[in-house]
Amino acid sequence: METKSFICINCPLGCPLTVTVENGEVKSVTGNTCKRGELYAVKEVTAPARTVTSTVRVLNGERPVVAVRTKTDIPKGKIFDCMKAINAAEITAPVHIGDIVIENVCGTGVNVVASADDELG
Amino acid sequence: MENKITKSLVIIGGGPAGLAAAVAAAENGLPAEDILILERDGRLGGILNQCIHNGFGLHTFKEELTGPEYAARFEERAKALHIPYKLGAMVLSISPEKVVTAVSREDGLFTVEAGAVILAMGCRERSRGALNIPGFRPAGVFSAGTAQRLVNMEGYMPGREVVILGSGDIGLIMARRMTLEGAKVHVVAELQPYSGGLKRNIVQCLDDFGIPLKLSHTVTEIHGKDRVTGVTISAVDDKLKPIPGTEEYYSCDTLLLSVGLIPENELTLGAGAPLSRVTNGPVVNESLETGVPGIFACGNVLHVHDLVDYVSEEAAQAGRAAAKYVQGGSKETAEPLSGGIKLEAKGGVRYTVPSIIHPENMPDTLTVRFRVGGIYKNSFISVYFGDQRVQHRKKTVMAPGEMEQVLLKKADLQNIDFDTVTVTVEAE
Repeated sequence: METKSFICINCPLGCPLTVTVENGEVKSVTGNTCKRGELYAVKEVTAPARTVTSTVRVLNGERPVVAVRTKTDIPKGKIFDCMKAINAAEITAPVHIGDIVIENVCGTGVNVVASADDELG
Repeated sequence: MENKITKSLVIIGGGPAGLAAAVAAAENGLPAEDILILERDGRLGGILNQCIHNGFGLHTFKEELTGPEYAARFEERAKALHIPYKLGAMVLSISPEKVVTAVSREDGLFTVEAGAVILAMGCRERSRGALNIPGFRPAGVFSAGTAQRLVNMEGYMPGREVVILGSGDIGLIMARRMTLEGAKVHVVAELQPYSGGLKRNIVQCLDDFGIPLKLSHTVTEIHGKDRVTGVTISAVDDKLKPIPGTEEYYSCDTLLLSVGLIPENELTLGAGAPLSRVTNGPVVNESLETGVPGIFACGNVLHVHDLVDYVSEEAAQAGRAAAKYVQGGSKETAEPLSGGIKLEAKGGVRYTVPSIIHPENMPDTLTVRFRVGGIYKNSFISVYFGDQRVQHRKKTVMAPGEMEQVLLKKADLQNIDFDTVTVTVEAE
């Protein structure tokens, strides 16, 4: 049996979680104050994931770049591949929150979407 | 437009605080056309426009939004209510009689006679000049927020080899952001023995990318004449003085400073409202009203927040109070900061907002926000009415970087025989 400790990142409370793992299987989670903490702990041990936020170059916009995000979190190991795809992408104004910028980024099944608006410049 | 207009309520600043205050005022009976938001930038949303990371709105919307997405939610509500606003409008002064003088390209110089004013100007970053770091003045020293604007809004990378001084949230966020964009962030140095940022940001922004955080360390020299070529970092003792012999040289082209935020209160002082020496924001009562009757304050101009959700809540409270003031619903208080119950911050609690309560004007439940001055583990937040302890809540960890709160009920503050409420941290 193995214990891992880390800090829950779901909300700013930052609960100190302790997880016991046996043969790659989560046996117990303690230290969390809500259900989300438990789910996070299991995920962090088995398949850690993060939301990636960045910017993409805009053509014909008011501003040079517009903010984008992965719609949901993606596997932690794919963060830098995702950044490569984002840095190679361009979008044409007008851009609105939720517009798809990259479909199924790096085979994660998750879209990169605009997280800010930019009008025709 | 005429250069002299009259409005029931003028809100200074169209960021998260100003927007939430405007929405709350309009939703509490103030006709939208009697409200005016003055914003100096070219768009609404304030600092959230450059905070493109996620983590906003968990309390307010129960989902994790980025800064611009969070701002857009409030912008939509303000626009749906048809609340008037002016962009590119810089307020120059506010008189104690609530005459707001502003200037914009479109209108030139103009004045607004306001029935009430809500201050929502936010805060600004402490700069290098406040730190007295020896060395020349080379290019490559940026405040973390300036770097954030350059990367996220202008599309420029300010440097490739980075050292960050200060572990405030913006510094931590920028450590990750610059790393994602291909920069090498060598180290984050923090003068205090604890981080000034949220724990989740240390995990997500530093630990995830293997960026070391050196507590009790500071920059003691900036090298380079035209451009930063490196910095010297030294350990500090418990009096925060650099310890000779601990110097370490880091080669870098960029130094980011994330060393604190200061509420932006020049207008507040001009209006004659007294400031708190602890928060650098105005002293306010239960209605978030400053020392000048009819001038209210909320958001980072009042005290620096770590969560925008709390800014929105606080701003809504100011919006409701201002609407009530304009409509004549508040008991006339010629001196908003006299009389009432005094809120005292003691034993590790650095300050409270508000600091004075007039029970007759408070909402049914009043949120009192505060920060502690150090790290407290397994301690209690206690509230005393006079000498009597009425609240005693255990907290696993409290840190200066995370705002705390207690709730006071109006029903408990009627017909009382005490004139002080104390908020304190206790070991047991």
